[in-house]
Formats: sequence, structure tokens, C-alpha cells
Amino acid sequence: MTLSPILRIEKLHKQFGSLTVLKDISFTVQPSEVLVFVGPSGTGKSTLMQCLNLLAPPTSGKIWLEDQEITASGLNRNQVRRRIGMVFQEFNLFNHLTALGNVMVGMRHVRGMPKDQAKKQAVMELERVGLAAHAAKYPSQLSGGQKQRVGIARALGMNPHVMLFDEPTSALDPELTGEVLAVMKQLADDGMTMLVVTHEMGFAGEVADRIMFMDGGAIVEQAAPADFFRCPQTERARKFLSMLNQTELIDRPS
Amino acid sequence: MARGWAIFSNQADRTVIHHDATPRRRSAWPARRDKRAILWWLLMLEAFRFILPGLGITVSVTLIALGLGLALGIVMGMCRAYGGMVLRSIAGVYSILVRSLPVVVIIFILFFVIAEMVDLSPFFSGAIALGVASGAYQCEIFRGAIHAVPNSQMVAARAIGMSRFKAATTIILPQAVRLALPAWANEVTLVLKDSSLVYVIGVPEIMRRAQYVSASTMEPFAAFGAAALMYLLLTLLAGRLLEKIEARMRLDI
Repeated sequence: MTLSPILRIEKLHKQFGSLTVLKDISFTVQPSEVLVFVGPSGTGKSTLMQCLNLLAPPTSGKIWLEDQEITASGLNRNQVRRRIGMVFQEFNLFNHLTALGNVMVGMRHVRGMPKDQAKKQAVMELERVGLAAHAAKYPSQLSGGQKQRVGIARALGMNPHVMLFDEPTSALDPELTGEVLAVMKQLADDGMTMLVVTHEMGFAGEVADRIMFMDGGAIVEQAAPADFFRCPQTERARKFLSMLNQTELIDRPS
Repeated sequence: MARGWAIFSNQADRTVIHHDATPRRRSAWPARRDKRAILWWLLMLEAFRFILPGLGITVSVTLIALGLGLALGIVMGMCRAYGGMVLRSIAGVYSILVRSLPVVVIIFILFFVIAEMVDLSPFFSGAIALGVASGAYQCEIFRGAIHAVPNSQMVAARAIGMSRFKAATTIILPQAVRLALPAWANEVTLVLKDSSLVYVIGVPEIMRRAQYVSASTMEPFAAFGAAALMYLLLTLLAGRLLEKIEARMRLDI
């Protein structure tokens, strides 16, 4: 394939004080690719997401988004973030706005769309995540799964070129994760470029084009899901997967 | 009843001792004591009617001061929460300086120093002085409210491409205002009552007129009683109104 990568990360480092969180991260993402980041807690997966949309600018290293180096100095980061959608673990919906308002506010105030046009598109985005009927509800009136779907619609409303998901289902009750994962799967099928941090191995196996296994702030292994789950190449990945299998055995009623 | 009120009157009837145990003679005319009570109530009514025009002035002074204080409070609160070094320092100095001065001092400074230079009526210099004073307290109210909005709201706003300023004004501030409402309602009653201080520069509001009644009738209780009643009514009314607004704008997080 001779596609130009949509995202290219080169030697990315992130430090908080003396604590190194990310070490020498390099990878490229092709358009419409779905990357799923897995690994033990505290290995910098969430930090990596925050680095990618410059919420936590990297200490060193370079990131290209579609031929533009977004880590270059003097660049308007707000312009960059518009093109990178972000979905948070804790949803972070705007509490004073309805579901529709949450989706509209970015269109109105960042994209500068007129009100009726923004409303029309916001309703479409809510339909896309199956929540058109809940448009007038406030976040406090929505379930966790619904909140997260509004969060996805809000990010989609900015017409992002890449979507980042930072543990989108980790704050949800198990019976609510399904509806969010279904929306994400639909998005992936529609050809959205997605980087997902998750502990949902079922989703990872089904939707991912590539699994990125991270440990200790570095990408230790990357492989197609079938290869990764069947025969992990590194010792650390093997250990991680066997830990997962153990917890699954405990969870499963015999 | 009549006797209870009479205790506070300036008349000498408190020295009258009623020790006759015989039942009182029924008469078409009220007894001496009762007549005095009726006169007293009439006086109170008269005092109320005389002071009433001051109520409008008190309300105007309060509204102007609250409006100015709100604008100052929000701008300064935002500066304290989000400003750079310079803006933060300006807002900080304003807040600390003004809050450490008695409101009367601010009123006098504005009236005798600044109003001399820029021709300002007592009414406006009083209202502006109160507004400047209230702004400092409101600054603290809004600063606290802004900090009470979870930081994740700012992060989410930045993530969809909003600038810091845009996020602060369209996402944080609307939530902060809602969170600030209970404290702000309290500030309303404080400003309403502080508005009585502008009487020192001769603004004919409730307090000024009450004092006039008191001095000319030698009935301070009737005069200030009427004034107290007006403040009570205004405070209760403002409280009810703000409760309604609060209920409508409640923010569930």
C-alpha cells in the first residue's frame, strides 16, 4: 500500500517532573486503521492519548497529522485539536447543556456554524449514536452508556480526522459497555481512523487492525489481533495475557 | 397590645400605674391609653408614607450596585482564576484592598474625592461606591465557583478545539454562575442593607428619610420601625425571587 499515513509519531517522550511516562514511542497510523492500545495500568496509555491531541504536549519527539507537524512551535493547537476527536473515560459532558447542546456547542463556537445548521447536524450525530430521542436531556438524566455515546457524538460533531478513545467503557457498568462498543464498532466500519485504549479484549480482537501492547511507557509489541492473542512474541505480553486469562477464569462462573 | 407598644414611646405614660382592680367602664370612646396607641399607629402609617419614596431609591441604588458588582465580580473572578501574572495581580489587589476597607470609607472617598473631579451626583457616587465594594466580594464568590467546576470540563472543552478563553466563557462561566447563585443571593441581601450607608452623603433613600421622620417627630421607633419593615419586605421579596431563579437554574453534576 502506498497510502500516506494519517498520523506519524516519532521518538515521542513525555516526562512529568523527573518521572518518565512515555519513552521513545514511534509508530504510524494509516487512514481508516483501528489501533487498540492494551497493557497493564500505569504504562502511559492515557498519557499517550493526551500527548497526541496536545492536551499534554510531549516533552520531546514529533507528531505529524496528515503532513503537518503538529508539535512544531508556533502552531495553533486549537486548530489541531479540532481535527482530533477525544472521548474520555469519565465522559466529561458539559453539565449545563443538554445532549444536543453538548454536540452543538463545539460546532457553534469552534467551527462557527450558524445555529440552525449546527442543530441539524447535531441531531444527525445523535442519531448516529442512537440518541436522537434523548436530545433534550441533561447529562444528569442520562445513563453512563448514553453519556458516553453523547461524548462520542460531541467529538464526531467536529468532523475529526482521527478519534482517540481513552478507556471509553472503563467507567461503565458491564451491561452498559455493549452499547458504547457497538457505536465504536459502527464508527470503525464507517472508516474512521481510531486509536483506542481499552481493557475490552473482545472488542480489541474483533475491531482492531493492530494491537499495540504497551508496558513501562514503551510500545513493547505490535501485531494483528489474531497473532497477538494467539502467540505473543514478548515475555511481558505473554505474562499480561495470562493474567487476563486468570481473571477471566475467576470471573466466569463454573 | 397598646401597652406593649407604649413602652417604647417617648410619652410619660410608662410612669402611670394601673392598680385599680375595678373592671373598666365600657364606653363608646376608647380609653386614654388606647387613643394614644391609635395615634401612634397613625404616626407609624404617616412615617411609612413619608419614607416610601425612599424605597424606590434604595432599590435603584441596590440594583445599580449589584449590576456593577456583578460585572466587576465576574471579570475579576475570571482574572483571578485564569489570568496571567498581571491580570491576576490586579484582581488580587482590588479584591484585598476593597474588602479591607469599610464600605462607608469607600463611599466617602468616591463622593468627596472622585465626585469632585468628575461631577457625580450623590446618588450615583453612592451606587458606584457600593458596586465597587460588592464587586470585590463577588469576585471571591465567582473565583470560588469557577474553581468548583471540575477541571475535566476545561479539558473536554479544549479537546474539541476551544481556546482557553472560549472554554472559560462558554463552558466554565455558565456553570460557575449557577454554582455561585446561593452565595450571590446572600450578597444581594448584604448590598440591599449596605445601601442604607449612602445616607451619609445625603441620598434620600429609606434610611435618610427615616432619620428625618425621627428627628422631626421625636418618635424614633415609629420612624425606624417603618424603615425596618421596608428592609424586611425587600429582603424577603429578593429572597423569594432568587430562590425561584435558583430552582430554575440548578445544575446537576
